[in-house]
Amino acid sequence: MGVSRHSDAVSPVRKSGPFSIWLTRHASTSLGSLGKLVRQPFASLMIILVIAVTLALPAALGLVVKNARSISGSWDNALDFSVFLDMNVSVTEAEALAKLFEQRADIESVQLVTADEALEELKASGGFSEALDQLPDNPLPHSLVVRPSGVNTGQTIKLLQEELATLPEVEFVRGDTDWVQRFHAILDLVRQAILIGAALLGAAIIVIIGNTIRLDIQNRREEIEVTKLIGASNAFVRRPFLWSGFWYGLFGGLLALLLVQTGLYLLRDPVARLSGLYQGGSSLLALGGRTSLAILGIGVLLGLVGSWVAAARHMRRIEPR
Amino acid sequence: MIQFENVTKRFPGGQEAISELSLSVDKGDMVFVTGHSGAGKSTLLRLIALIERPTSGQVIIDGQNLRRVRRRKIPAYRRQLGVVFQDHKLLYDRPVFDNVALPLIIAGVSHRDAGKKVRAALDQVGLLHKEKQRPETLSAGEQQRVGIARAIVTRPKLLIADEPTGNLDPDLSLEVMRIFRRFNEVGVTLLIASHDISLIEKLGCRRIELDQGKLVQPGDDPDAEDELWV
Repeated sequence: MGVSRHSDAVSPVRKSGPFSIWLTRHASTSLGSLGKLVRQPFASLMIILVIAVTLALPAALGLVVKNARSISGSWDNALDFSVFLDMNVSVTEAEALAKLFEQRADIESVQLVTADEALEELKASGGFSEALDQLPDNPLPHSLVVRPSGVNTGQTIKLLQEELATLPEVEFVRGDTDWVQRFHAILDLVRQAILIGAALLGAAIIVIIGNTIRLDIQNRREEIEVTKLIGASNAFVRRPFLWSGFWYGLFGGLLALLLVQTGLYLLRDPVARLSGLYQGGSSLLALGGRTSLAILGIGVLLGLVGSWVAAARHMRRIEPR
Repeated sequence: MIQFENVTKRFPGGQEAISELSLSVDKGDMVFVTGHSGAGKSTLLRLIALIERPTSGQVIIDGQNLRRVRRRKIPAYRRQLGVVFQDHKLLYDRPVFDNVALPLIIAGVSHRDAGKKVRAALDQVGLLHKEKQRPETLSAGEQQRVGIARAIVTRPKLLIADEPTGNLDPDLSLEVMRIFRRFNEVGVTLLIASHDISLIEKLGCRRIELDQGKLVQPGDDPDAEDELWV
């Protein structure tokens, strides 16, 4: 008795399978929406540009943080700290201790500096060699240079240092890693701030696209009414608007990538000069493939959400009169 | 095909466009609804197209009680109908062909099949040679024929038309009515709202007259018309 039975009323019209109908409809609708965008290039470009800038901003800032991290990460030895052992600890005991340390997850490597090596180093580096030669015994202890592993934060390095200092074989621990820790803390803070900002900007994109689609819907109100009168479902009417949102998001994302890459290109020379001052080695990190895809994906997602919200809100109200 | 049982349509203002109306139209009939403007003709058609819902009573179309057609199912229901409007309601941003193809596209017909059906429909209204033109380049009569082609392209069993000749001169009106007549001959049920009495008399079809939302006279008897309209 339902409507389904009566859809046979159009039975002379041969139908293809539901999936191929779906696919064909989407293919033609997506191209149609793309065509509409192209036919009003200025308006479309403005919206795409706004989306691109909104996406590029957090992406670029994120990149800055990523680069800062990688630069500070290349100062690995800045996190190293020295564990000076008791004078009466022997070399074999020191070696055993080094092995023990290396088994810990929060320690990446341990380098044993024997008292003799330390003395040699001291002689080579300073002008004390004659004075040192006068000494009957080596006054220096053995020491271990500990490099914490990457799992550590500033806080856990501090705890590690304190823990090692309590060992009976250890005389004292010295490491001046405070400033690195602070730097990392600041980077973490900045990264959080960027995430929050990006979320706000994402909301802005949804609003921008939603508003654009809303205007579009209002302009085509009559068309929507007529198509509904001759049996178009909400989904059918909504489809071209969703595709518009999709295209806005996609092109906005692509343009955002272009903006970021252009920015990187312009910064290449100054960065090369700067990294030259810091013993080289660090070149600017570009956007990875995964990040680029994520930016495109986020653009498309925001486009779809924005147009969906607008379509859902305004389409239902347009009913044939 | 069409059955109204004690149908009342009251608008929020309180006035009744249709009151306690009962009527039925058989399969294969061609029936005119007449009456002054405001008599309820349009409301009658709008109830059939589910643009409005009755305040009370039942509308049954092709054995289907419209009360049970839920909001989400309205589009599927409308696709079984052919509807012709007084103001054509064509889409002026696309050519004639695309206008006529629209119901097929909505129904998910493949592009190849759609082409054949669109041309057949345009051929029936004598506009095959104008498929590439834009609607605004056509005359009023031609635009109305495009509207008719769009209404019949899915081969509906029931076609409703609201003042289809309202804006046309007598010759064009007759032409449009002849087209309707041909559909009727192949079994399409038609319900046409019109106040062009002389034209209806020429066609000699059944007439339902409304006045203030009520049935004036079943009009089954063609002879009675003369008395009424002297």
